[in-house]
Amino acid sequence: MSTLDISPAKPLPPPRPPSRLRRILDSDIFWSWTQSPVAVGATVVALTLILVALFAPLIAPYDPFNPATLTLMDGFTPPASKSAFSDNWFLMGADHQARDVLSTIMYGSRVSLFVGVMATLFAIVLGMGLGLAAGYSGGMVDAVIMRIADIQLSFPAILIALLIFGVAKGILPANQQESLAIWVLILAIGLANWAQFARTVRGATMVEREKDYVAAARIMGVHPVLILFRHILPNVLGPVLVIGTIGLALAIIEEATLSFLGVGVPPTQPSLGTLIRIGQQFMFSGEWWILFFPAVTLVLLALSVNLLGDWLRDALNPKLR
Amino acid sequence: MTAPLLDVRNLSRDFDVSRPWLNRKLEGLEKVYLKAVQDVSFSVNRGETFALVGESGSGKSTIARLIVGLLTPSAGEIFFDGQSLAQGLSGAEARRLRRRFQMIFQDPLASLNPRWRVTDIIAEPLRVFEGGMPAPARRQRVGELLTLVGMAPEDGVKFPHQFSGGQRQRIAIARALAANPDFIVCDEPTSALDVSVQAQILNLMKKLQQEFGLTYVFISHNLQVVRHMANQIGVLYLGRLVEVGTPARLFEAPRHPYTRMLLDAVPDIEMTGRRRKKVEGEIPSPLSPPSGCPFHPRCPLANDRGRREMPLLLDGVACHAVEEGRTRP
Repeated sequence: MSTLDISPAKPLPPPRPPSRLRRILDSDIFWSWTQSPVAVGATVVALTLILVALFAPLIAPYDPFNPATLTLMDGFTPPASKSAFSDNWFLMGADHQARDVLSTIMYGSRVSLFVGVMATLFAIVLGMGLGLAAGYSGGMVDAVIMRIADIQLSFPAILIALLIFGVAKGILPANQQESLAIWVLILAIGLANWAQFARTVRGATMVEREKDYVAAARIMGVHPVLILFRHILPNVLGPVLVIGTIGLALAIIEEATLSFLGVGVPPTQPSLGTLIRIGQQFMFSGEWWILFFPAVTLVLLALSVNLLGDWLRDALNPKLR
Repeated sequence: MTAPLLDVRNLSRDFDVSRPWLNRKLEGLEKVYLKAVQDVSFSVNRGETFALVGESGSGKSTIARLIVGLLTPSAGEIFFDGQSLAQGLSGAEARRLRRRFQMIFQDPLASLNPRWRVTDIIAEPLRVFEGGMPAPARRQRVGELLTLVGMAPEDGVKFPHQFSGGQRQRIAIARALAANPDFIVCDEPTSALDVSVQAQILNLMKKLQQEFGLTYVFISHNLQVVRHMANQIGVLYLGRLVEVGTPARLFEAPRHPYTRMLLDAVPDIEMTGRRRKKVEGEIPSPLSPPSGCPFHPRCPLANDRGRREMPLLLDGVACHAVEEGRTRP
């Protein structure tokens, strides 16, 4: 009597959902993207820079880190000119060690992007985990996590990254410092940026936690961890995506700042920041291109990612639709 | 007569609404408790519907959440099929009972996860309670459930926001039925719907009750809705049951002055043009309930005894005036 006896006569199982690509092309977000010239422009610039960085070893005209291919006499060749001593031609000039500036930028944005993306991902994972825990459990857990975040947010992120970098330098053995430098940098920038993700996710989690679909899952006895990750997480991802994109631009700039200050990546794997630091030594002696082109690339990269983040924030905001 | 499926005994629930600890110490304040539900007892027989009615703030939803275990009672006990549910949702015993009860919520949009497809929403109880079920069988079952609530299996690929309010509530009902429960708590399932859709949902719920022998606790502020659904009606006032009875008895011969006041306010086609008694006053704040009978500030029959003493629920009604045989002021 109390069981559901349904004759399996006519009902069919529900059909499969439409393909992912189809859904993306049909979505509001995609439409809003096509309507915004700024967003399309920023996407083109950012994608170009990312692709160039990804395929640097294949498309770079020279290998700037192989001393065997360098002719030291080519040093300080101006942009778009042929060296007076060899047949090498340099679109963006050559630096003091005769490295092709265009090639160093290609390899350098590789390092910059890798550090930026990894540091942002680390900050998102850490911040989202702590934010979900704080928002869902409340009470002491919430108070402790959020006070740590408050304290951290009262310092500039770059200061915290510098501190972590200094501590790591003291702990790590000297012979490994160079090889681990990139990972320390990622850790430092990630740890400096988790707090804003934690704050955003905590706020959104506290809103979602009170909704009835969470109550329905609790009545069924779904494990709290499953409720957090399967029910609440998909509903708090929107804002994370937005501040994650803007955070990526910030992380790239932070990496450049640290490298400019000389505490970032080692000189053997120069990033855009390292290139700018090297270039500024030659600024006043007339070799402007060594500084100028890496700096423009950094600005373009940070600006395009930031504009994308801005557009995403507006596109996901229902009040502006 | 068999034992009731659900037996609620002397259920109470307080909420701590005090200021934070530091503020209390600095400002010299006491702890403040909101008594949402006080000393409520009722029982529901298998296959029947028990309705709880009352104004906003009367504790209806709190009782619903206590029964399904989202809240733990401050005092009193809840027995489901002879077993105590006082431990809330934890404990091995409660886990086994859990699949036998379900809840339907007031706002179907909020009770369905907006990021999940309908198929996944309805299949969730199956995944929880029948983990071994293969995916094709689960999809088949979801299709059957959608058909059962009057929708098409093809609707499963859509998201909740693509449906109307009534359709969403059908989806919520399908989810509630997925794990073959025998008891469903319905917290104002039709209040968020418009009138024509309300009737469809109510008829669907009645049909399902007959088909599967479901037991409902049905919460509403709408007496007419309750009249067609319930076998027993409990009228709540300020967290207390003031009158319990069958719809026939309650509607034909209401005894508690509050019940009479509510019934007078129900719009009725036969009453067109006639003057009607208004509902007077507001429900008092549960933070500072009146002394004695909670209804006395609004009661036309109140006397000194009512201002001092709390009436007990005797023979289905908690009223001094009825006890004393006074029915006119």
